[in-house]
Amino acid sequence: MLTEAQAWGVLQQVPDPEIPAVSVCDLGIVRSVQAQPERLTVVITPTYSGCPATEVIQATIREALEQAGAQPVHVETRLAPAWTTDWITPKAAAKLSAWGIAPPHTAAPSETQVLRFVPPAPSCPRCGSRESERLSQFGSTACKALYRCRACREPFEYFKPI
Amino acid sequence: MSSHLEYVLRIGDNALILGQRLSEWCGHGPVLEEDIALTNTALDLIGQSRLLLGHAGKLEGRERDEDALAFLRAEPEYRNCSLVELPNHDFARTILRNLLFSAFQVYLWDALRASTDLELAAIAARSIKEARYHLRHAADWTVRLGDGTAESRARMQAALDYLWPYTAELFTANAVDDDAATACIGVTGASLETAWQQAVRPVLEEATLAIPARTPFRSGGKLGIHTEHMGHLLAEMQHLQRAHPGAQW
Repeated sequence: MLTEAQAWGVLQQVPDPEIPAVSVCDLGIVRSVQAQPERLTVVITPTYSGCPATEVIQATIREALEQAGAQPVHVETRLAPAWTTDWITPKAAAKLSAWGIAPPHTAAPSETQVLRFVPPAPSCPRCGSRESERLSQFGSTACKALYRCRACREPFEYFKPI
Repeated sequence: MSSHLEYVLRIGDNALILGQRLSEWCGHGPVLEEDIALTNTALDLIGQSRLLLGHAGKLEGRERDEDALAFLRAEPEYRNCSLVELPNHDFARTILRNLLFSAFQVYLWDALRASTDLELAAIAARSIKEARYHLRHAADWTVRLGDGTAESRARMQAALDYLWPYTAELFTANAVDDDAATACIGVTGASLETAWQQAVRPVLEEATLAIPARTPFRSGGKLGIHTEHMGHLLAEMQHLQRAHPGAQW
């Protein structure tokens, strides 16, 4: 059986299936770990309602913990409090940037201006320029938007604050 | 059917059916970025419908899970408003429908965060974040197309003239809404109308579109009385599950 500290150690090695540069802990998806005598319980919170990685993450977490000796493992999904990019740690943000994805650079919005808004201007993860333009509010996954750097002309993805 | 169950089914079916309509754009978007935008929006909605229909299945207590409710009900059992089952027709009508619907959703989700149904409240807190992005995307395009070329404005005005009568159904008083409000499970559609008008009108005006007058018009999707389009939608959505019951992959 694993202790909670050991379980956290294992989980910190479980990569996000879409962005393997960061772990499921880095993104704040794993909310708690409880080691009880009869089983190990991990609580996760899904990022977006339709995120197709959620089930993969559940399976990967269970597999990793079972391989490390935990038995039985119970993975519980909890919706509240809702996942927010505010849970992404600064260290994780740095890893995202190194991977080529601009991390969310503002707090999650609590309302949305729909007219005459100025899209956020994240820095280009490659050259650091702030001269970026938004190509699309949605990207390769629900959580990201697509930008292009006007300085080095390369496209990059931006993790949307939510 | 209890009012509580019916209230949840309405919200879940709205997400399911609009998710189905938007997913029809997959591979057919006018530009790649918008193909991605519409299908990502569809994905958010389908995810919300899974949570809502899963919850409805538990409330119903007849061992129907999210898949059984999504794919195996008969047409009159669906409780989505008629607005969301209408064919996409073109990008203008698709975008304008997203504007009208997601503005409603933002205020509905905001109110439902205080629901005494804790599962519904949790779904609301999650979904409002996504709805805000849907609304912003739709409003942005509404302004660009409305205040655009003669062609784009004509299409947007035609879309608004066509869709506007169907929005009345979102706000009509009805017993299910009243019961939900009394039990503090939800809020009536009627209570959201003022906020919705205040959100939608400035966008339409900025888009230089003429807002149609309210004329007598009734659509009854919420009551299971659907338009002629619903049968075709369900035939496409359900045929795989009906042809291969219990199929998994």
